Amino acid sequence: MPAVSKGDGMRGLAVFISDIRNCKSKEAEIKRINKELANIRSKFKGDKALDGYSKKKYVCKLLFIFLLGHDIDFGHMEAVNLLSSNKYTEKQIGYLFISVLVNSNSELIRLINNAIKNDLASRNPTFMCLALHCIANVGSREMGEAFAADIPRILVAGDSMDSVKQSAALCLLRLYKASPDLVPMGEWTARVVHLLNDQHMGVVTAAVSLITCLCKKNPDDFKTCISLAVSRLSRIVSSASTDLQDYTYYFVPAPWLSVKLLRLLQCYPPPEDAAVKGRLVECLETVLNKAQEPPKSKKVQHSNAKNAILFETISLIIHYDSEPNLLVRACNQLGQFLQHRETNLRYLALESMCTLASSEFSHEAVKTHIDTVINALKTERDVSVRQRAADLLYAMCDRSNAKQIVSEMLRYLETADYAIREEIVLKVAILAEKYAVDYSWYVDTILNLIRIAGDYVSEEVWYRVLQIVTNRDDVQGYAAKTVFEALQAPACHENMVKVGGYILGEFGNLIAGDPRSSPPVQFSLLHSKFHLCSVATRALLLSTYIKFINLFPETKATIQGVLRAGSQLRNADVELQQRAVEYLTLSSVASTDVLATVLEEMPPFPERESSILAKLKRKKGPGAASALDDGRRDPSSNDINGGVEPTPSTVSTPSPSADLLGLRAAPPPAAPPASAGAGNLLVDVFDGPAAQPSLGPTPEEAFLSPGPEDIGPPIPEADELLNKFVCKNNGVLFENQLLQIGVKSEFRQNLGRMYLFYGNKTSVQFQNFSPTVVHPGDLQTHILSGLGQPPTKRVAAQVDGGAQVQQVLNIECLRDFLTPPLLSLPVTINKFFQPTEMAAQDFFQRWKQLSLPQQEAQKIFKANHPMDAEVTKAKLLGFGSALLDNVDPNPENFVGAGIIQTKALQVGCLLRLEPNAQAQMYRLTLRTSKEPVSRHLCELLAQQF
Amino acid sequence: MQFMLLFSRQGKLRLQKWYVPLSDKEKKKITRELVQTVLARKPKMCSFLEWRDLKIVYKRYASLYFCCAIEDQDNELITLEIIHRYVELLDKYFGSVCELDIIFNFEKAYFILDEFLLGGEVQETSKKNVLKAIEQADLLQESQNEEWGGLSEDVL
Repeated sequence: MPAVSKGDGMRGLAVFISDIRNCKSKEAEIKRINKELANIRSKFKGDKALDGYSKKKYVCKLLFIFLLGHDIDFGHMEAVNLLSSNKYTEKQIGYLFISVLVNSNSELIRLINNAIKNDLASRNPTFMCLALHCIANVGSREMGEAFAADIPRILVAGDSMDSVKQSAALCLLRLYKASPDLVPMGEWTARVVHLLNDQHMGVVTAAVSLITCLCKKNPDDFKTCISLAVSRLSRIVSSASTDLQDYTYYFVPAPWLSVKLLRLLQCYPPPEDAAVKGRLVECLETVLNKAQEPPKSKKVQHSNAKNAILFETISLIIHYDSEPNLLVRACNQLGQFLQHRETNLRYLALESMCTLASSEFSHEAVKTHIDTVINALKTERDVSVRQRAADLLYAMCDRSNAKQIVSEMLRYLETADYAIREEIVLKVAILAEKYAVDYSWYVDTILNLIRIAGDYVSEEVWYRVLQIVTNRDDVQGYAAKTVFEALQAPACHENMVKVGGYILGEFGNLIAGDPRSSPPVQFSLLHSKFHLCSVATRALLLSTYIKFINLFPETKATIQGVLRAGSQLRNADVELQQRAVEYLTLSSVASTDVLATVLEEMPPFPERESSILAKLKRKKGPGAASALDDGRRDPSSNDINGGVEPTPSTVSTPSPSADLLGLRAAPPPAAPPASAGAGNLLVDVFDGPAAQPSLGPTPEEAFLSPGPEDIGPPIPEADELLNKFVCKNNGVLFENQLLQIGVKSEFRQNLGRMYLFYGNKTSVQFQNFSPTVVHPGDLQTHILSGLGQPPTKRVAAQVDGGAQVQQVLNIECLRDFLTPPLLSLPVTINKFFQPTEMAAQDFFQRWKQLSLPQQEAQKIFKANHPMDAEVTKAKLLGFGSALLDNVDPNPENFVGAGIIQTKALQVGCLLRLEPNAQAQMYRLTLRTSKEPVSRHLCELLAQQF
Repeated sequence: MQFMLLFSRQGKLRLQKWYVPLSDKEKKKITRELVQTVLARKPKMCSFLEWRDLKIVYKRYASLYFCCAIEDQDNELITLEIIHRYVELLDKYFGSVCELDIIFNFEKAYFILDEFLLGGEVQETSKKNVLKAIEQADLLQESQNEEWGGLSEDVL
């Protein structure tokens, strides 16, 4: 072994490094570096040609300076010169410099590529490897363009040395990751797969990484790798601990290669060939068995390598999710690790169990470890392990253990690290909602959250509790009572005041009978918090007060007194002042009837995905909330608690105020709390708050949009809007005091065109008017012409007062889709419906063909509109389907058929609507060849009647 | 693997290897953040942590921290052993390696790493094979140094 001291070092470099290390201060270091840089510059610029060794030394010094964190802007040319040196060490330093200080100067790149080309062609394996390392280290597009075509050839050439093949494989991998389009697939792919059979373990190790990456894009081209990988794995797993010589690591045969092979297999479903599958299952069992054997060494490297393979094996078992026996064994193994003395293993076991919890085969087995996991949450000293424990509790939660888990998480929250509090809050809120059997427990849980960690309770969480209370009349009285009690705490969190204020404003009447919570008591309790609260909360409380005037006429005088007080009427905050003025006037001029109408109880919120869930997903990245997305584990829960679904009993008849939430052409000026939706919707239509300032806080606008704290989520209204367009193509999409958006649209086959008209209803100019359409991937929208003329000005358009501008969207439906473009463009899947006429016989034949349970979606629902056959017919035709007469034996029923045209495929759809006039109910049945389409169409259509 | 960092207990960066394209500014930011995070952890804590959307695997050897960033599907334990194998390679090459060896022979540390890992993937796990490649280079170097006949005047 050559010792480093053996005179091979560059002494000048060593001296320089010592000098730097001896510098007592940052300033001294910089001074020394600047001196050195000046020296090197002068050497490089000097008349005397530098010899290769000096060049190497100076380039190395520059590299050192760069790695210290200083900028280096010269020396590239000298480094490039070194590349063409025939002395290995000079070449090597040149390549290192190039790899670390990547430069985009095109002249340099040309020279570098030239040098690389020469080395690749040199047939000297050491030089070839250096060149390949350089390409892999830089990995730029330019390198890809120059070499992506050559490297596959080097990789599969019969005469390439093993070390060259290894470097070529990983070099190609890096280029492919950077610019996949540059790596041409071809006949070499088959030969790459056969590298899995190579005698040299190092070649196999490098090749597996490449194949794992390539096969994700072209699974079929690489399919043969499955059986090769299985047999290779099988040979390794069954080999004795010394068979593989230098590839055995602490008595574990080829751990890196094993892990990589197991990763490769996770790119594919279980092998179809029974023999291959049998062999693989044998391997997996062997790995699980070996985990139970006594260790061959006490060294941590031994157990780490062994367990690395074990965890990868478990990942593969989970990926297949088809072998109940293996899944349960995996779970038991992880269960042992949960109590292991190695923190690392406990961490990984918790992490891995999270995925096991979502498999139907192992969910129950995971649940048996609940006590250990709860204990981990309480006692682990490392926050990252506690975090894993919290994740696992969340993943293993179902109806049977929800109360226990939620209460443990709440307890943990009191002492939890600040870093993970918000996430825990979100998780508790989601679990409490999803698994609530009785909603009083849910309300208690959320109020506890606010009490324990009020600062971490985001808007989404407390908006949600308001939605749920609003939609469930069985919990409203309890909620009012509970918030009333919570508010009596001397110090309560502002979020509690918000929730309390809102709930009492809506449902305070339900507890007013009790003298301890009589209207005056409720009011003075709320008002005692008023002065300590932020503007947003005070604004909300003012709305509560005006609602009190309606609920409890006896409080009118007191409240008018409060509103009239100088501190409100002349409040420096415009929002507060305005509310005080308007509410005071409203309470004085409006008759009791008008007041009752304007201030009526909020209508139920339409069903939608929990905004909390969306927030958690955003926080944790995709897959984080999978435990809840994943309906298969607990299918029943989705229906009951999946969203806030107003049960027929809780749906109040549409009240006049509900209409205010929609889009009546000119909302009466006095409708403060109820019109919040319109204000919020405005923001949404414009995709984010950025558009808000440009509209300017005109007096009208401020009047119509109480702060966002008033009534939470804006999207339900938007959804409602969308529903209006399911069966028609033209109309007003959105309107408030400022803006009207009209829509005209036409659809043919899988193409559509939509005209959007933006009308400025004010007398002032809209500045920076920029509508943005965000659409899901499957619905391609081309914006043909923008706003105003010329089209290029569309982004920063001004819209004059009273003027209208037009935008045209061309739409192509590529595949079936569920989510319409954001936000609220009425493009739903049924727009691409082509009506199909057919005779009864054909209809029934097709109906029978679509008889798989997942092809059918059915809904029984109460009529929301008068049941008029003509109107129903018009709606079904508007929906896009043909109406077929003489098919259904019952003439009252409607039968329709059509085809959804997308670029990728056509989806045949059959539907049947059975009205029951006596019960005022409908039954709607949809059958299509694609499950999500049936369900989605059924949802869309059911809302129309 | 997305990158590997070696830094001292004092937070001085000793080696950095990036397998994904990032700007120098971004690299510095990541380094600062990670060095801080890892140094703040106590000895008995687990070697893995979540950081942004990556998994960090780190281990301390004497005064040096070895820290790797891997992707979501990557295997933490095998990464821990990648670190260990790299330490073994350095140790074998330098003969009981210490931080100073890596400071003064940083280029060697990079060369050894390139033989072991390429493009963020393990290229060759055999200690013998990796060191053979480096030895060959050293032999070339020695013969060349002899050609240059001593280094006495080579101070600057």
